[in-house]
Amino acid sequence: MRSRKWAFIAVLALVAASLAIVGCGGGDEDDEAAAEDLTPVTLQSKWVVQAQFAGYYAAVDQGFYEDEGLDVTIRAGGPDIVPEQVVAGGQAEFGINWLDSLLATRDQGQGLVNIAQVFTRSGMTEVTWKDTGLDEITKLEGKKVGVWLGGNEHKLFAALTKNGLDPQQDVEIVAQPFDMNLFLSREVDAAAAMTYNELAQVLEVENPDTGELYTEEELNVFRMSELGTGALEDGIFVREDWIADTENQDVAKRFLKASFRGWIYCRDNPDSCVDIVLENGPTLGAGHQAWQMNEINDLIWPAPLGVGIMDPESFEITNQIATDYKIIKTPATDDAYRTDIAEAALAELEDEDTTGEDWEKPEVEVTPGGE
Amino acid sequence: MAYAASATARPPLLDRERTRNAAASVGLFLAVLIALWALWEGFKAFGESTGLRLGQFEANDRTMPHIHDIVSTLFEPSRRNGPLLIDVLWDAALFTAKEAAVGFTLGALIGFVLGALLAHFVLLQRGFLPYIVASQTIPILAVAPMVVVWVNPRLPPGLKDWGAVAVISAYLTFFPVAINTLRGLTSVDPRALELMRSYAAGSWKVLWKLRVPAALPFIFAALKIAAPASVVGAIIGELPASIQNGLGGAILNFNQYYVTAPTRLWATNLIAALLGISFFLVVLLAERLAVRRAPEHVA
Repeated sequence: MRSRKWAFIAVLALVAASLAIVGCGGGDEDDEAAAEDLTPVTLQSKWVVQAQFAGYYAAVDQGFYEDEGLDVTIRAGGPDIVPEQVVAGGQAEFGINWLDSLLATRDQGQGLVNIAQVFTRSGMTEVTWKDTGLDEITKLEGKKVGVWLGGNEHKLFAALTKNGLDPQQDVEIVAQPFDMNLFLSREVDAAAAMTYNELAQVLEVENPDTGELYTEEELNVFRMSELGTGALEDGIFVREDWIADTENQDVAKRFLKASFRGWIYCRDNPDSCVDIVLENGPTLGAGHQAWQMNEINDLIWPAPLGVGIMDPESFEITNQIATDYKIIKTPATDDAYRTDIAEAALAELEDEDTTGEDWEKPEVEVTPGGE
Repeated sequence: MAYAASATARPPLLDRERTRNAAASVGLFLAVLIALWALWEGFKAFGESTGLRLGQFEANDRTMPHIHDIVSTLFEPSRRNGPLLIDVLWDAALFTAKEAAVGFTLGALIGFVLGALLAHFVLLQRGFLPYIVASQTIPILAVAPMVVVWVNPRLPPGLKDWGAVAVISAYLTFFPVAINTLRGLTSVDPRALELMRSYAAGSWKVLWKLRVPAALPFIFAALKIAAPASVVGAIIGELPASIQNGLGGAILNFNQYYVTAPTRLWATNLIAALLGISFFLVVLLAERLAVRRAPEHVA
């Protein structure tokens, strides 16, 4: 029996040793001490780390939040994360999601409210190959039209309807996965693409016939924002009962002020913001993020009302689409958003250019594979 | 009890024979590896030359990158002026390994205790076993977000986020261990049990001197299933816990950019598989140490 007892001890030692070894890897260095005087708040992002959220990562990196007495933790999103649920459950004070998604959550009775509409226009497009001759959206009749289902299809459906096509009958809707394979292999005639992501993914691929990258000249790009069905996308929301508290209103104002400074910084220093994003997302491609940063800036700037202020007209378009496609049962009212906190934040940013009227979109070179 | 462990009983071998056996298994391993490589590349080449399509599937560099491209992408920079991909993935693998190792240990302990309790209290077994089985029919994808919501707020800062992932990993680990412990502990030879009783051994003594040694082969069989499963649990758990530093985060990112860099996702899968295999090998080694002499010792 003795030998087995020793064997047992050896096993335990082995397990303990392997635990110790892996335990040493990736240790957390919590610099809690430095953050003692700061108010800790959490932002739940809509998706994984990428330049889509550069302004917030920049505000952390540049110390803008700290200037406002905030210690901000950004929680990355993912396919299993619904920011509205995270905020409603109290795990984060602030959340980012598309406006129609927020309206749907409100429609189901959750008390959430938009306090800043950061993206002033939609980045969703539908693309076709130029050589197919499908250069107008009306020509999609009878064609295979790819789009992401499960809540992301409504802008396209509204655009088709607006142009006299019934999405259920006049076109063949194909469920599109979150990549552009179907489009590249021409199994669909048209595919959905965000300007800041999937569009670049097409341009970063080599055309096997020419050995060169695909170019924008080979594509027709139908922008939802130009078709008048650009429902609003990334905005910041909070819990209604949380924001009712005046102290929290102050926290929110400071949060928005620093976040806006982050976005202004990214407008004026896009290269630095790309580096910040890459530090937070070690597996991302630099070229793709540079493209994305530029396109995201294009969705925010110019912001004629000042960055983060909801445009009532765009809100109505979003509301209309959400109602028409039964994302919500009853049309949303103006209670779904408030601009007072963002306005108070902007008032403190008088020295900065908060509208970006003079911003012009620079050219960003596409890199093979987005590297 | 010898029948339970007969698989590990081998006649003594001469050194020369042993060397020859080792060489043979290495040779076999390489042969299988080469065969798999040939199968992959052969199918790809066949598909590309004939234009064969299986439904939506078409073999090309995007759907089936060359194996050598997958391996070489590991030794290229992960991005412009960045560290090598293998360095990034190594760090990610260590992070995931930490979650999985803690989850595995937790799950194995819970599984063992649960199995021992069920083995001793038949009423408990009748009452609870169906629920334990049912717990595994709920998809881990549905369980993981709930664990994060419930467990995460109660964790101290040092355990935040990754601690919840370890719990998810433990959820996949405990089940096979509990079931096999139960089976192992109750599979004792009745004659041995009678002998112990005739010596007036209490049930605690019977458990440690008779039942546990007899159950070891069963328990290790379960641990061998549970070890790679704990890695799977950790990878899946990273998504709802919004962890970007592990293999789960890497898989999600490379999945999104599959069109432009398919080899990176394959390379990440390769690392994930290697991590699961190394967990398996650790258990195998532990089993060799613990159960090697079992046949001579069991009653």
